[in-house]
Amino acid sequence: MSITILPAGMTAAPDLADVLPPVKQRGKIRTLIRRHPTIVLGGAMVTVMLLIALLAPILFTVDPTALAPSKRTREPSALYWFGTDMLGRDVYSRVLYGTRVSLLVGFSVAVLAALVGMTIGLISGFLRAADAVIMRIMDGMMSIPPILLAIALMALTRGSVRNVIISITIAEIPRVSRLVRGVVLSLREQPYVEAAIASGTRVPMIIFRHILPNTLAPLTVQATFICASAMITEAILSFIGAGTPPTIPSWGNIMAEGRALWQVKPYIVFFPAIFLSMTVLAVNLLGDGLRDALDPRLAKRI
Amino acid sequence: MNAIPPLLEVSGLKKHFPLRGGFFGGVSAHVYAVDGVDFSISKGETLSLVGESGCGKSTVGRALLRLIDPTAGEVKLDGNRIDNLPASQLRPLRRRMQVIFQDPFSSLNPRMRVREILAEPLTNFGLASGRSEIDDRVALLMDKVRLPRDSMRRHPHEFSGGQRQRIGIARALAPDPDIIICDEAVSALDVSVKAQIVNLMSDLQDELGMALLFISHDLAIVEHITHRVAVMYLGKIVELADRQTLFARSHHPYTRALLSAVPVPDPTIKRQRIILTGDVPSPINPPSGCRFHTRCPFAFDRCRTEEPVLREVSPSQISACHLTHAPGAEILPAGA
Repeated sequence: MSITILPAGMTAAPDLADVLPPVKQRGKIRTLIRRHPTIVLGGAMVTVMLLIALLAPILFTVDPTALAPSKRTREPSALYWFGTDMLGRDVYSRVLYGTRVSLLVGFSVAVLAALVGMTIGLISGFLRAADAVIMRIMDGMMSIPPILLAIALMALTRGSVRNVIISITIAEIPRVSRLVRGVVLSLREQPYVEAAIASGTRVPMIIFRHILPNTLAPLTVQATFICASAMITEAILSFIGAGTPPTIPSWGNIMAEGRALWQVKPYIVFFPAIFLSMTVLAVNLLGDGLRDALDPRLAKRI
Repeated sequence: MNAIPPLLEVSGLKKHFPLRGGFFGGVSAHVYAVDGVDFSISKGETLSLVGESGCGKSTVGRALLRLIDPTAGEVKLDGNRIDNLPASQLRPLRRRMQVIFQDPFSSLNPRMRVREILAEPLTNFGLASGRSEIDDRVALLMDKVRLPRDSMRRHPHEFSGGQRQRIGIARALAPDPDIIICDEAVSALDVSVKAQIVNLMSDLQDELGMALLFISHDLAIVEHITHRVAVMYLGKIVELADRQTLFARSHHPYTRALLSAVPVPDPTIKRQRIILTGDVPSPINPPSGCRFHTRCPFAFDRCRTEEPVLREVSPSQISACHLTHAPGAEILPAGA
């Protein structure tokens, strides 16, 4: 059967497949720079910070914990690039080694919070019964400011980088699981998920083939922002003495120790603060760029 | 009308969605989306389900597919009930009933290539295994929907709307189903593409002999593809007739109003149209008596109190209206 009822002088459209547009290939890196300058800039700055953290021992540093009481509070000079603190420790070496703590905490929290939050989000997005309970717990956790929650958790344990990571991760999980849950709930209603159900695809396969890959873009973006906020939280915790123990140099520790001399020797606080700001800026730039590149709709929402 | 036992038989199908409200999330009301629908489809037949937005036609399709569970009623496929099958026994049913969705953009996973999309039902139902066998089957499916074979390596976003809908059709054809539910399958397409897709589905039906449940709001398109038409209003079928009868001698005032809204491509024809005033009443609180009485130009007292049942008004035509004669017959041009 085909269309027969047509007015005189009209013909039915021919049964031809439309013409497919040709696939274009361009120089990939140049396109990347032109289209997403923030990704390139942020990525480059993060890479520099990573190199600093990895290569800290060979970047003309000395032992960051070595005390030299006779060389206290020296101004920045050719010998002490960033000066020395009130115990005579080299601020340049301490700041460079501090990069390790910051990046370790930032990346670990981002990865852990993303993994745990994704699992919780998938469960509560798929199981209605679990959803009610889990989301009430998350609501409760979200009613406490993340920094206060992290401080409270640190108060329960001894100060160590591992405990800092765990505390900040717990404080960040509610936001991630809310995000993933929301994405899962909207993806579940997508016709292609219904089509997959109608095609006999089993639930685990639906999750791994149709739901999970489509949550990765917003999750990646969220993870970069968590990374930045975790580095700030770590610095705050260390600054108030509730974070990384004083024996390990971290930007928060250095600033806390320099705080007393802030008005006479501002460089002790200045250099770690600059490093912290630049790193957080770099990660946020990277996150912004990824958001625009991966999910243009999300860019308008946040 | 036809001696062959029906492939799909639907009786008393209801779907009520609970409305939750208040602090404790108690059920405060129901949306009577589908409220008692009966019809049957024979092998190789096309039945169209038409009606305005929100009349419950898509809900019928989704309930038949068991994408949602019906509240009440029976659905029989080859005489076996499928409406009460547990989720674990749905897979054989899924192979026999497939679906084509309205939106060709959101009905294909943007992250999968066409080959993977078409391979999914094949591997799910164990119809093909191994790389080369799947490639062969997918290539055949691409041939069936007149798409070039080598485009199976592309992603959905590289195709136009009409081409995407062909991919959707190919996915529905993959398990060789007995019936395909086309949920507004051509509504989102341009007119010229619409004609191509309708022709393609007609050709495929001739070639493969599957039945179609064609859900649409567009009577002009329905006329070209269907054998029988069921008109739905507020969750109920108000008229069901074969195509010629419905388009020539419709009985129910609602059907007549819908037909008079179909554009005629001839500006010299002057037509009197039945213009319905007001909106469709809320399916949360449907009107008493005949559900159409609030908008019906011919309503009288009995319509407000007594609900009309479907009765035969002519051979192969049933209508749910208290009027004995087709009302306002003179205001429609013959054969419109």
